[in-house]
Amino acid sequence: MAIEQDEIEKIAELARIRIADDQIGQVTQRITEILGMVDQLQAVDTSDIEPMANPLDATQQLRADVVTESNRREEFQAIAPAVENGLYLVPKVID
Amino acid sequence: MHEKSVARLIAGLREKSFSSVELTRCYLDRIEALDGQYNSYISVDQNSALAAAEAADRQLAAGDASPLTGIPVAHKDIFCTAGMRTSCGSRMLDNFVPPYDATLIRRFNEQGAVILGKTNMDEFAMGSSNESSYYGAARNPWDTDRVPGGSSGGSAAAVAAGLAPAATGTDTGGSIRQPAAFCGITGLKPTYGRVSRLGMIAFASSLDQAGPMAHSAEDCALLLNAMAGQDPLDSTSSDQATEDYTARLGDSLEGLRIGLPKEYFGEGLEAATGERVDAALKQLEALGATLVEVSLPNSHLTIPTYYVIAPAEASTNLSRFDGVRYGHRCADPVDLHDLYTRTREEGFGDEVKRRILVGTYALSAGYYDAYYKKAQQVRRLIKQDFMACFEQADVLAGPTTPGPAFALGAKSDDPVSMYLEDVYTLAVNLAGLPGMSVPAGFVDDKPVGLQLIGRHFDEARLLNVAHQYQLATDWHLRQSPAMTGGAS
Repeated sequence: MAIEQDEIEKIAELARIRIADDQIGQVTQRITEILGMVDQLQAVDTSDIEPMANPLDATQQLRADVVTESNRREEFQAIAPAVENGLYLVPKVID
Repeated sequence: MHEKSVARLIAGLREKSFSSVELTRCYLDRIEALDGQYNSYISVDQNSALAAAEAADRQLAAGDASPLTGIPVAHKDIFCTAGMRTSCGSRMLDNFVPPYDATLIRRFNEQGAVILGKTNMDEFAMGSSNESSYYGAARNPWDTDRVPGGSSGGSAAAVAAGLAPAATGTDTGGSIRQPAAFCGITGLKPTYGRVSRLGMIAFASSLDQAGPMAHSAEDCALLLNAMAGQDPLDSTSSDQATEDYTARLGDSLEGLRIGLPKEYFGEGLEAATGERVDAALKQLEALGATLVEVSLPNSHLTIPTYYVIAPAEASTNLSRFDGVRYGHRCADPVDLHDLYTRTREEGFGDEVKRRILVGTYALSAGYYDAYYKKAQQVRRLIKQDFMACFEQADVLAGPTTPGPAFALGAKSDDPVSMYLEDVYTLAVNLAGLPGMSVPAGFVDDKPVGLQLIGRHFDEARLLNVAHQYQLATDWHLRQSPAMTGGAS
């Protein structure tokens, strides 16, 4: 399936990845090649085949809802790019 | 010392032939002297390694040592190590120092093993050549103009160059087995869920699995003993009982049925590599095994299926890298949108971006059924093919790769041709099966591997087959030029 450049731009926006203008052409071409290879799947008859999300068809294991972790906020925030008063800082979102 | 197997090193430490400090120092010296040529490590912390070795020596002297106490091990830089930078081969995590250990690391530490360093890898484990690493490609110790394979290329190169006696790797589509084949070492990808994924930076969560890489099957068994087991912190880890993976190494292969998937021996397999694999199969036959032809009729769909599922899962996993909580953050963002998009533009390399975009596309509204759901359905067909084979055979065997290591740069500009490299390994991950690569000889002085594939949780049998093969052959004992160079 051919994919248009504006569609790549839309996906890049969904994925929150900026692509420089001088690279968008090449990125589009590479992704078209990958999707072209993947398109072989469309020819397979998969009616009545249950999709497989886990190779062992395992189901989610559950545990009792009890607190097992201690609060390690200081350690976790020590590696953050910007924090203040225990909060992560980002550029202003609301005026 | 650096030429000895893990099994020999364990004995040597107990016989007091050398201490863990001497052993660790030997490897650290070799890394310092030689790794400039191989680039197999991203980070080495000599002080913490020597401190761990001193602690191990005290444990050994006190007589309360575990099997791996004092054994130096290199870990792929995908496993979080508390207080030690964990980059995942990416600029995004170039400054990331985890506040906790991966379960796998914790298990090795509890055994008293010594962390030699963190090994080079394709960025976020996405690649088959190590060339997508932010830190530059690792080199193949047999020929430094060639790739070591990927994504666990640094681990494979370190072991093959005698810069570590053993290493850990991860395998999402062949990332332990292919570099093991290219570097002439033994590597095992266990059953999905056999080894905890906690603290192992996620690429594709339904495919990722950690495993051992070493010179021999016996060494891999010793490492797997330390790694395997359920982890309450990884809900996908299996509650299936583990076993002593060394216990059955000595079993005879008499009566073993080895299935040869005919699709793995057809067009695409290079002739000289095929001859080495055929010779290995004859050897297994001589050891008492029976060879039967089997078929994986959907194997032509393996690569397309994988390249929907793996990127789809990657695109969700990698959405966590947003420049807010840890890792890279772009300078002077003008707003939140700019912070996200520029951080991710700068932090991720080309291949990682491609896979995130393909995955985002496959999961987006209007395409989900055609791509992601379809791939999950075909994935089941691929697994059913394997299950049918295991009715006729106990173990499957074939080549690990179509040929030996290719030249650096040969495929790095063409993603699709790079993807074809993994044609024999990807399906094993889709089906969740254990797989191994075992050194099976050389093509023009470059190693090639025999791949063994087992039933779910049948690691002990794979290790048994590989060990019996290694008792009868000496391919795994051949030393790369790097092994004989430098400090000993």
